[in-house]
Parts: sequence; C-alpha cells; structure tokens
Amino acid sequence: MSERVAVRKTYKLFIGGKFPRSESGRSYLVQDSNVSLASRKDARDAVVAARAAVKGWAGATAYNRGQILYRVAEMLEGRREQFVALGVPADEVDAAIDRWVWYAGWSDKLPQVYGGANPVAGPYFNLSAPEPTGVVAVVAPASPALLGLVSVIAPAIVTGNTVVVAASPTQPLAAVTLAEVLATSDLPGGVVNILTGALTETVPTLAAHMDVNAIDLTGVGDAALAADLEVRAAENLKRVLRPAPADHDWHADPGVTRMTTLLETKTVWHPKGV
Amino acid sequence: MIFEYAPAPESRAIVDLRPSYGLFIDGEFVAGEDLHKTVNPATEEVLAEVVWAGGAEVDRAVRAARTAYEKVWGPMPGRDRAKYLFRIARLVQERSRELAVLESLDNGKPIRESRDVDLPLVAAHFFYYAGWADKLSHAGFGPDPKPLGVAAQVIPWNFPLLMLAWKIAPALAAGNTVVLKPAETTPLTALLFAEICQQADLPAGVVNIVTGAGDTGRALVEHPGVDKVAFTGSTEVGKAIARSVAGTRKKVTLELGGKAANIVFDDAPVDQAVEGIVNGIFFNQGHVCCAGSRLLVQESVAEQVLESLKRRMALLRVGDPLDKNTDIGAINSAEQLARIRELSDAGAAEGAQRWSPPCELPERGFWFAPTIFTGVTQAHRVAREEIFGPVLSVLTFRTPAEAVEKANNTPYGLSAGIWTDKGSRILWMADRLRAGVVWANTFNKFDPTSPFGGYKESGYGREGGRHGLEGYLDV
Repeated sequence: MSERVAVRKTYKLFIGGKFPRSESGRSYLVQDSNVSLASRKDARDAVVAARAAVKGWAGATAYNRGQILYRVAEMLEGRREQFVALGVPADEVDAAIDRWVWYAGWSDKLPQVYGGANPVAGPYFNLSAPEPTGVVAVVAPASPALLGLVSVIAPAIVTGNTVVVAASPTQPLAAVTLAEVLATSDLPGGVVNILTGALTETVPTLAAHMDVNAIDLTGVGDAALAADLEVRAAENLKRVLRPAPADHDWHADPGVTRMTTLLETKTVWHPKGV
Repeated sequence: MIFEYAPAPESRAIVDLRPSYGLFIDGEFVAGEDLHKTVNPATEEVLAEVVWAGGAEVDRAVRAARTAYEKVWGPMPGRDRAKYLFRIARLVQERSRELAVLESLDNGKPIRESRDVDLPLVAAHFFYYAGWADKLSHAGFGPDPKPLGVAAQVIPWNFPLLMLAWKIAPALAAGNTVVLKPAETTPLTALLFAEICQQADLPAGVVNIVTGAGDTGRALVEHPGVDKVAFTGSTEVGKAIARSVAGTRKKVTLELGGKAANIVFDDAPVDQAVEGIVNGIFFNQGHVCCAGSRLLVQESVAEQVLESLKRRMALLRVGDPLDKNTDIGAINSAEQLARIRELSDAGAAEGAQRWSPPCELPERGFWFAPTIFTGVTQAHRVAREEIFGPVLSVLTFRTPAEAVEKANNTPYGLSAGIWTDKGSRILWMADRLRAGVVWANTFNKFDPTSPFGGYKESGYGREGGRHGLEGYLDV
C-alpha cells in the first residue's frame, strides 16, 4: 500500500474574517512554506476592515467580549498539537492559552477598576469610564512566536479595539495558524486582521495611516525604524506603545499598561436637581 | 427703562509688580539678557519685562531640577511632599485676590472669572493632589509606583495659573521635579507663583520657571535630561512635540485643540440651553480649548433658540477686565486677534451669515465682539478650524444620529455638550460622542477630581483625578 500524500496548507493573510492572498500576488519562502508577502494596499485594506468592525465590537457588551476571548482560549486548547508541530514549545502554548483566559476576565473589570464616580465640588453627577481608542496597528514580536503574539493582540481587543497585526516576518506561521483559531471563535470578522511579510513594507503605511488611532511598536527591534514609525504616528497623534526591551519576560504578569494605553477616558457631567 | 451699570472696577493696587523679572532657577530669581515686555491686552500698557530663556538657561534649570529630584524631592517621604503642596494651596488661597487681579491684568480675562473660577480651581487642584502624595500605593498603579524624574511642562496663555496648577500639582505629588515654561504673553502669575514657592520654603530646584517663547519651549522639551513632557496648547505644536520625542524614553501627555459640538435638542429648556451656549463659547473670550464652538441645534427649534441667543448676547458686557460687571474681556494678544479676524472673515467670505450685537469696543487694546455665524456647513472653515475666540458657528440637525455624525466629524475630540430633558437620550448620545469630556445640561465645568483630556487629535493622557497621576508615574 502506498503512503498517503499529505494535503499541504496554503498560508494566507487574514483580513475582515477572510483569508485572502496578497493583492500583489506575491509570497516569500519562510519556515519551509510560501507565505503571503503583504503589500501597502493589503495594509490599507486591513485598516478598512478593522474600522468597519469597530462599531460592533466596541458596542458589544463587555460580557460578550469576555466570552469570545474565553472561546479563543477553548479553541486554542483544542489545537495545541498544531502549534507544537510548528515548533512552538508546549509550555509556551499553555501560557498563550492561559493568557487568553486572563485577558478574557478583564473585559468587564477594567471599566470598574479604571473608571468610576468623581467627587466633584458641586451638585453634579460625574462619571469617568474607559473606552476603546479604535483601530490599533500592532507589530508582533518575533519571539516568543505564539505567546508574544497573543500578548499583544488580547490586551488591544479585550476592551473593544480592533487590530491590524504585522506578524513577525521570520515566524509568521504561528500568526496565520492563530488566525484560524480566531476565525472559529465567534470573533467578528475584522476585529483581528493579520498581515505577513516585510515590516518595512506594511508598518510605515500603518504608522502614517490617518484612520488608525494607535500603534504598538512592541515587535520593532530596530531602534531607528521604531523612531521613524513614532514620527509618522505623530501626524494624527496616534497613541504609541514603544518597543519592548529585548529581555522582556513574556511569562511574567503582563500588568495593565498595554490595555490602558489603548483606552480613552470619557467623563460625563450632569447636574443634580429636582 | 434702561438701567446702566455703574463702573465697578477692582483695585489693582493689591498687585506690586516689579519692573523686571528674572528666571526662577534653583530657588532663586536669575537675571537674563534677552528681555521682553509683557503687556496688558486690554490697554497695551507695558506691565513688566521678563527674560526669554535660551538653551544654556534651560539647561541650568533642568540640571537644578535633576539635582533636586535626586537629592531632596525623590527621597523625601510622601507625607512631607504633601505638606509642601498643602502649604502652596493655602498660600494661593491667602493671596488669591492678588493673583486674580494679576491674572486679569496680564491675560485680559474678566476679574469675575479669574476671581471666581481660575483661582478657586488653582487652590483646589493643589489641595487635591497634596492628598495623593502619601497615598500613591493606593492609587491603583501597583504597590510602590515610582516617579519619572524631571518633568518639562509647557503651558498656554488662556488659563495661565490654572494650567500651571494642572501641571505642577500632580507632578510634585508623584515625586517629580519640574521645569515649567509659561506662555510668552502671560508669564506674570507663574513668576508670582515662584515667590509663593519661596514663601512655602519649597526646597530649591523642585519648581523651576523659565519664561520665553517657542524657542525656549523647544529647548526644554528636547532637552535630553527630561524624563517627561507635558504640553497644553495647539495641536500643531503638540504634533511637533510628539515627533521630537520619538525614539526617546520621555513619557508624554498632550492636551491640545478642540472644536466641540454643543448639541441642543428640541425638548431642552430653551433659556437654560441658551445660558449653556453662552457659557460654552463666550466664557474666557472663547479662549478655551474645550469651548462649545459648534452649536448643533435641532432644526425644529433652531429659530427660537437663535432668537433667544441673540437677545442674550445683546446683554453681554464687553470691556474692562477689572470691572466686576464685565462678561467678556480682552483678546489675549494682537496675534490672536488677527487669527480670529482672519477666520471670521473667511466665514463671511465662504457664505455664512455673520451677526454680532451692537457693542462698543474700547479704542486701545485687543478686542473682538461676540459673534455668531449661521448658515454654516460642515465644509466651512469656521466649522472645522479652532478659532479660539468668541465666535460661534451654528449648524442644524434633524435626528440624534445626524447630531452624532456631525459632532464627531472633526479631527478633534476634547469635549461635547448635550441639552435635552430625556435621560436615556443623554446616555445614548454620551456613548457615541468621541470626546473626553461630555457635559450634559451644563458646560465648561471643571474639578480637580475629574479627569480632563481628549480623543483623537485633541491629544492623549488625562489631567485631573486619579487618572492625572498616571502621566507622572513610571507605570
């Protein structure tokens, strides 16, 4: 009996809940696979998809967002072997699953911890509440390929932002495979969009894009590129998360800065009276 | 029968101005070379001369702040920092009339506002943050949050002393030291504040005040020895600052321009709404980043609201800032007056209808009559650009969804107003308005406990409240 011929996977982009090839028709060889080489146009298309998803996702209840993030953890748990087969260490997959669970729980707690009533000196009701900033461009770290990726996506979306992620050019398979997890987790299309390819091609477009509200430069290793991107981001005053130090411990308690940097605080006043 | 108001001028004798002021560096006033005059915008009379600090002087101030941070203020227990801030709050209260008169002299704002709004808020701000200095571990930023170091702070001319308080109080409470640059047209209350620091025996170098214009600000913000940049001012300069700190470790908060929508629904009590519209755009001559400069009024009541608004505007008293009856004072500078005129002329040229009440303006000084534009479209410059003066653009809408769409149709997102009797509509609207502060059935209310700051190109970070500490802590 002859050995079965395996069905190989085509790795594509993830935009608006779909898996298109790059509009440029290009790919590059990495991790023994042909991976889409996203163009500037793909980046702009991803921003359009992310913007279209903001209203529904930011408007969803915190409970609903928490449930969906927890569902991502469930789906990831079911596919752990797939990530191990890509070379992700088993304990890193476990940590990535647990991180989704940790962030899922924040959805309906952050507004309580980071908002609340303010005791103003007058007859006014005064309430501050955090809101998502909108569309966030994220440069994912190359390492750890899966835990790093999850650690930058989850804090951005748990509060209602949508993201366009530039995956690590050298470790894109974990990102595309995570997209398959996200696509089966009831996450609305466009909440997470993933681009593979060269950072120098897509990220400057995202940094300068006038319909992007914030940029997370965590995965930018080159200091000169990071500074250039921050300059571009200033054009519409994007909120900026600067690159993570090389020795960042991804297994440590993530803290809340990743979430709070991508939030706006809205304060509402109303007089009291009869 | 017409009742004329008798003049009720506040005495300026309480202010003892020196002919010339130096820079306040390391606890002392230091003479400088580059002297410039600061004038009373209501009369163009020269009030005093101040120094415009150069690079070497800024460097000296930053080094003084660094030394004070490392040797004195950083190691000092929070409870002691608190006591200095409480002392400052009390001194501001004790000298509040003097400060209010000086603020009106140098800025042109009515004494009624500097006395009843600015100064009480300044004292309250120091009092509020004083109490945080020894409670930072309970502020929700971890068990032992650390200060950043030296803060470079650049403030505008519209609320000179209040903006100083918004900057200095949280910075010092969190354990930072500061170098603050007041605006070139309104340096005097900051220099009087420097005297208050001396009176409070605040350790030398904890607060440094360098006067000057844009070049001084740039030298300060770009100084490699600062760890934090806090700026309130124009969006254009805010973007330049965001570019200049790229690739550095400096933490930045920016509080920038606005073009706020003040939205009036058909069920709003008209008289209350009109008071809110007037307060929204004519408070402080409209020199307010969160001013309600775009009135969105529901079409069905537009005529009635405009009629009441015009009647009310005709009662506004424009004139001597030191007169206690004055509602609208002087425009802060010739430069700002030129900008207001340029944009207003553009509004008329683009086809909007301009209206001002009959209003006699003083001959000397910088003045602009309260003005409204009707028939404004969203494409008009007076609907898109921040005028920063007593000029209101009136647009109409039919449905709440249209009001939201128009209100959010701006790169800014600092504030918004809603006038309606329906509670659920207020909350529905407030959820959808992309603005950092939403005033419902009120406008232009401020409090030290209430976070203030913008969405989008109105900047980032919040000032005031627990949130205001975050910008001065390494978290």
